[in-house]
Amino acid sequence: MATKKSNTIKLKFDSARELAPAPESKSAATIKPQYELFINGKFEKPASKKYYHTINPATEERISSIAESNQADVDRAVKAARQAYEKTWKKMPGKERAKYIFRIARMVQERAREFSIVETLNGGKPIRESRDFDVPTAANHFFYYAGWADKLEYAFPNRQASPLGVAGQIIPWNFPLLMAAWKIAPALATGNTVVLKPAETTPLTALKLAEIIQEADLPPGVVNIITGAGATGAAIVNHPDVNKIAFTGSTDVGKIIQRAIAGTSKKATLELGGKAANIIFDDAPLDQAVEGVINGIFFNQGHVCCAGSRLYVQESVFDQVLRKLKDRMETLIVGDPMDKNTDIGAINSKAQLDTINKYLKIGLQEGADMYQSSCKLPGKGFFCRPTLFTNVAQSNRITQEEIFGPVLTIQTFRTDDEVIAKANNTPYGLSSGVWTDKGSKIFNLTTKLRSGVVWANTFNKFDPVSPFGGYKESGYGREGGLHGLYAYVNVK
Amino acid sequence: MAKVLTNTKKIQVHLNGNGKEQVPAKRLNVLKTYKMYVGGQFPRSESGRYYPALNKSGVTLANICLGSRKDFRDAMVSARSAFSGWSARTAFNRSQILYRIAEMLEGRRAQFIDELLQQDVPVKQAETEVSLSIDRLVYYSGWCDKYQQIFSSVNPVACSHFNFSVPEPMGVISVVAPQNSGLLGLVSVIAPVIAGGNTCVVLASSEKPMCAVTFGEVLNSSDLPGGVVNILTGKVKELAPYFADHMDVNAALYCEKEEATIRMFKEKSALNVKRIHLYNDINWFSEEGQSPYFIFDFQEIKTTWHPIENIAGAKSGY
Repeated sequence: MATKKSNTIKLKFDSARELAPAPESKSAATIKPQYELFINGKFEKPASKKYYHTINPATEERISSIAESNQADVDRAVKAARQAYEKTWKKMPGKERAKYIFRIARMVQERAREFSIVETLNGGKPIRESRDFDVPTAANHFFYYAGWADKLEYAFPNRQASPLGVAGQIIPWNFPLLMAAWKIAPALATGNTVVLKPAETTPLTALKLAEIIQEADLPPGVVNIITGAGATGAAIVNHPDVNKIAFTGSTDVGKIIQRAIAGTSKKATLELGGKAANIIFDDAPLDQAVEGVINGIFFNQGHVCCAGSRLYVQESVFDQVLRKLKDRMETLIVGDPMDKNTDIGAINSKAQLDTINKYLKIGLQEGADMYQSSCKLPGKGFFCRPTLFTNVAQSNRITQEEIFGPVLTIQTFRTDDEVIAKANNTPYGLSSGVWTDKGSKIFNLTTKLRSGVVWANTFNKFDPVSPFGGYKESGYGREGGLHGLYAYVNVK
Repeated sequence: MAKVLTNTKKIQVHLNGNGKEQVPAKRLNVLKTYKMYVGGQFPRSESGRYYPALNKSGVTLANICLGSRKDFRDAMVSARSAFSGWSARTAFNRSQILYRIAEMLEGRRAQFIDELLQQDVPVKQAETEVSLSIDRLVYYSGWCDKYQQIFSSVNPVACSHFNFSVPEPMGVISVVAPQNSGLLGLVSVIAPVIAGGNTCVVLASSEKPMCAVTFGEVLNSSDLPGGVVNILTGKVKELAPYFADHMDVNAALYCEKEEATIRMFKEKSALNVKRIHLYNDINWFSEEGQSPYFIFDFQEIKTTWHPIENIAGAKSGY
């Protein structure tokens, strides 16, 4: 026992705990060998004539060819969106718009299994998460906003809301379908039309959504989905006939976008990076708290902008929490995302795995102590062990910069004021978490933490009715709930 | 006291209309030094620079501090350190303080009208401007503990959690006030910002700076903690870039139409993802010059989640 690296005293993690494989069948999904651009209600070949491969990050196998849009393709998409806006969508009564969006919600539900399989194959997230979280939440998002379309006069007291026009929407690879829903649903409900670009590495579920939009008989051009890399995104941002930019992604790119639209009247909402503090007080139910910390940082391989990546533990319970955390980490199953028992799937891309590994090195160079679970990693694909760093300083890069992977830093604190100061000592302000049994302490913390979402005795919860978005360099504007409507209207 | 009166009798006196007051005809006026208002103090510019405030006929009305970058940075320190205290005041307390500002302004009506007249505002308009400014403060005083209820929501999430969203102050706001109005524009932009619990650094109208300085005196005598509002005087062209690029500013407000400056504000704001608001098409004399949406512009929405205990599937009931 003494020779074992784990601090575990009671629990044994031996081969008896290994579970038999429980792979999800791929039969409910079909992936075409090649996907075109969805413009003006039709799937069209790109003017660029170029295609790129999209892969399964768990196996590194190519799964489909994806069209790469150039400037001419972006022009066509924006033109289609403009026409649809002027001729059809903005004139359509809200209750009719609503019915189209309800239709989309229902069709996503009908094809939920297919969507979760494709999401996992293309993005590397565990099938359990795409099946139980991503896809149902995406469908619910359409369902929620559909109902707003004919009720907007109740949303803005004493004011009238009008749509902005054509919305250019650029989304990330961590929740491909869900982010598409977050962007498209409120835009359509408020009477805007859309040009959406999914992330370069995860285009498939957005293109499947395009199939649904076609099937739902949405007027051509109301939603256009075009694929490509950064250059395509830049062409959307800089297109003179786009009225609004909605972007979810890194703070660096968010700043570039903010600068790029400075000379225009384009409106923007930016949902950027984060470095959330997760705070455990000594009176917290520690097992629940540890469960919340695990979910907070290892959910979706830590590819979550609001991930609880900085853990603050009150000094008196530090040893206990650390032991429980290490024990729990040891039980996490890392591996085939299609296996229903998998907790942590594949890192989304080679590039992202490189970034994470870079930060692990930086952490060690900064003098922090690294601990990783002892799990075996698959031979192929991009994987990373759940990792935690202790003996870190507030000034370390691993506590200041967003890593976007399964990497947690742990620090201690003594007083409430101290931890509030430490938690707020970051340019980010997207989310935070508090664990304590005392109600008044919760409210002291939740009012003083400068972040757009605060989870108390829970973490990483999302819902279509719940506004989400950041303070400070985590971006501006809200998505979800009533407040999410503001992002897509002029209020007069 | 009696001695003073006796002395007064000896020199030539001028009787006013109703003969109640006695003022020496050749009495030398005491001129006011127009200084800036920073951190509850009235400093001159650290730069030692000044510019003359002129009326239309070119007569110098006063020497005004020509604020510098360092002045702005000092004001930012004051505004940031005042933020935690001001944002933690109860909404009711903020409401009373804004009302107190209105009271103080009402008491100084004549002084502000006089200053506006000196700066070539016609008498009718000057009277209206001061009256509207007082009323605007009363208006926002009333909003201090109400806008939260208008802009909040309880969100019925589809799981066993209680979830609500409330507006919270953004932080420190940099404001380039409307340049064509000496008092009303200034009051109209400061009031919603501080009603919402923010602190601010404001650049007064360059051409009509006198009321802004005097308004600082009003603020100083109205229970508003020092540093909540900091008023600088100077040139927009020189100072606006600092208002836009300072890394501790959470949001910036620009109230003019100059395209180049608007672009500069938007570009520099990207440095730390500042929120930018442009109030460049608002008639502050009209109804559109006041609204809770001006408060909302400088609020962040915070959403809080907490689980609801559900013991062994037990349902509510008695």
